[in-house]
Amino acid sequence: MRKGYFGIHGGQFIPETLMNAVIELEEAYNRFKDDPEFNAELKRLLDDYAGRPSRLYFAERLTRHLGGAKIYLKREDLNHTGAHKINNVLGQALLAKKMGKKRLIAETGAGQHGVATATAAALMDMECVVFMGREDTVRQALNVYRMRLLGATVVPVDTGTATLKDAVSAAMREWTSRIDDTHYCLGSVMGPHPFPTIVRDFQSVISREMRAQFLEKEGRLPDAVLACVGGGSNAIGSFYHFIGDKGVRLIGCEAAGRGVDTFETAATIATGRLGIFHGMKSYFCQDEYGQIAPVYSISAGLDYPGVGPEHAWLHDIGRAEYVPVTDDEAVEAFETLSRIEGVIPAIESAHAVAHAMKIAPEMPKDAIVGITISGRGDKDVAAIARYRGEDIHE
Amino acid sequence: MSRIQKAFSDGKAFIAFVTCGDPDLGTTAEVVKAISAAGAGIIELGIPFSDPTAEGPVIQGANMRALAGGVTTDKIFAMVAELRRDIDTPLVFMTYANVVFSYGTERFADRCAEVGIDGLILPDVPFEEKEEFAPAFRQRGIDFISLVAPTSCGRIAQIAKAAEGFLYIVSSLGVTGVRDGIATDIGAIVRHVREVTSIPCAVGFGISTPEQAAKMAAASDGAIVGSAIVKLIAAHGREAPAAVGEYVRGMVAAVKGA
Repeated sequence: MRKGYFGIHGGQFIPETLMNAVIELEEAYNRFKDDPEFNAELKRLLDDYAGRPSRLYFAERLTRHLGGAKIYLKREDLNHTGAHKINNVLGQALLAKKMGKKRLIAETGAGQHGVATATAAALMDMECVVFMGREDTVRQALNVYRMRLLGATVVPVDTGTATLKDAVSAAMREWTSRIDDTHYCLGSVMGPHPFPTIVRDFQSVISREMRAQFLEKEGRLPDAVLACVGGGSNAIGSFYHFIGDKGVRLIGCEAAGRGVDTFETAATIATGRLGIFHGMKSYFCQDEYGQIAPVYSISAGLDYPGVGPEHAWLHDIGRAEYVPVTDDEAVEAFETLSRIEGVIPAIESAHAVAHAMKIAPEMPKDAIVGITISGRGDKDVAAIARYRGEDIHE
Repeated sequence: MSRIQKAFSDGKAFIAFVTCGDPDLGTTAEVVKAISAAGAGIIELGIPFSDPTAEGPVIQGANMRALAGGVTTDKIFAMVAELRRDIDTPLVFMTYANVVFSYGTERFADRCAEVGIDGLILPDVPFEEKEEFAPAFRQRGIDFISLVAPTSCGRIAQIAKAAEGFLYIVSSLGVTGVRDGIATDIGAIVRHVREVTSIPCAVGFGISTPEQAAKMAAASDGAIVGSAIVKLIAAHGREAPAAVGEYVRGMVAAVKGA
């Protein structure tokens, strides 16, 4: 495969101004990724600061409730800052520090990646600026304050649909204006090479642990692994070390919003087509002239019109399945997991729970399913209350 | 010699940019005619894109207004076909990779050839990815124009060697938009280019005044102005052709005198 490509997907479709920055990043990553000192430092941060390894929890009551496959939850929600995002951010921040950068910029949708980046910046004494769609700063006001508390500057983005895609565009524009001292800490497996590879490597700790944990607890690998997909970082992290295990179904759950037959959807693989945007060739929701579609999902973190190039490739070769999950289904799963297991998942992660609730009852009782709970749902409580017609203000 | 290179053959060239369809395609056509009559060497026609990541607020705004007004790539091709009856100035499309890719690169290149487009600039397609697009245009005699930036050190020679039409020198870091000053040593970049090729070099990003244009053109072969013209169009609406024509005459004089 061509460097930086996954099948036909990927590449480096960015302004010339940024090319030397991504080349410098790739060189630094290649230098440090196998460096024992770098890895020891990262492992110490992941273990002692972020709280890894995250637990693989047998959800016995949910299993009984659904009456089919045994369900395990990979508890990324228990990480420091409450989501899987910290895995990637600690890696990138450490790398940026080694590269002599003094400033981190990031985009954020739900605010989880922004909070993680602000956290790492505080820890490593770096300046931090987070771009967030105006719409999302309203939906996720609590996370905006968290970022400020951590010392970051949050810049609301008013262009376009004022959501995640516009935050990515704003962060890219900012990076072109200030490269020397600034690292763009991209939060998902998207954007130009080498980001999809770097972020996947840092997130692959999820499946590395999961694989060992399943072998230890069940003496075998699961029959299916499910994760939600926006750009796809927790999903690729959850899939990566299982890709070679053909018996493990890999299922990515996309945000269908109000349904894939409506315009209010963010299910890229279900409704998008091949395109080039935000640095990469992949699938995108777009109109017949290639204008990027104003996507919608209840979940700010999945509200993105594209998908990472490695997912697009796993879809092309049939190694992973991608399924749409609606707002209604995700909210129901959010409530079910809260009531039955006492685990309030992020509304993003609830998309994966929702699909598991569809397929687990059809599977035999000795089948095993792993669901990655990519984040915790505290941030979503007020929005879900409003969805149910209760006017709660944070 | 391509029509684009000919634009540089009698002195320095002033290159003007407009976003097609802002405020409407009828006005765009009249503005383009006025720019041509005012003596611009090349005219860049922006095909609006929903998410123009290399643009500052001024051209972003023009893109949004044009799309909200219902402009499409097909309507722009039709406008160019009409324009070609009246003007002979080289016309270059400036847009984003997805606009071309989504239309079908071969089909887009065919339409460009039919309506008389001379070149294409895709600011989100760097040297490493240009073979995705350039061959289709090369085959039809349309120049795929490359950019170099202040951060291109070490990359300038390979980009310049493969450049077609003219080389677009990005004056400053950041996105398009009017700037007070330009700190980059343009002369040094041009000298670097000259070591490997004689292709004309034009400088863009941040230029708005005749003084800036003269200074940039003195150090290169031409000056490119976008945001300042787009601002004039936004301010004058359908009355823009006269205002833009007058502005361009002043800029052309400044560049020719450089």
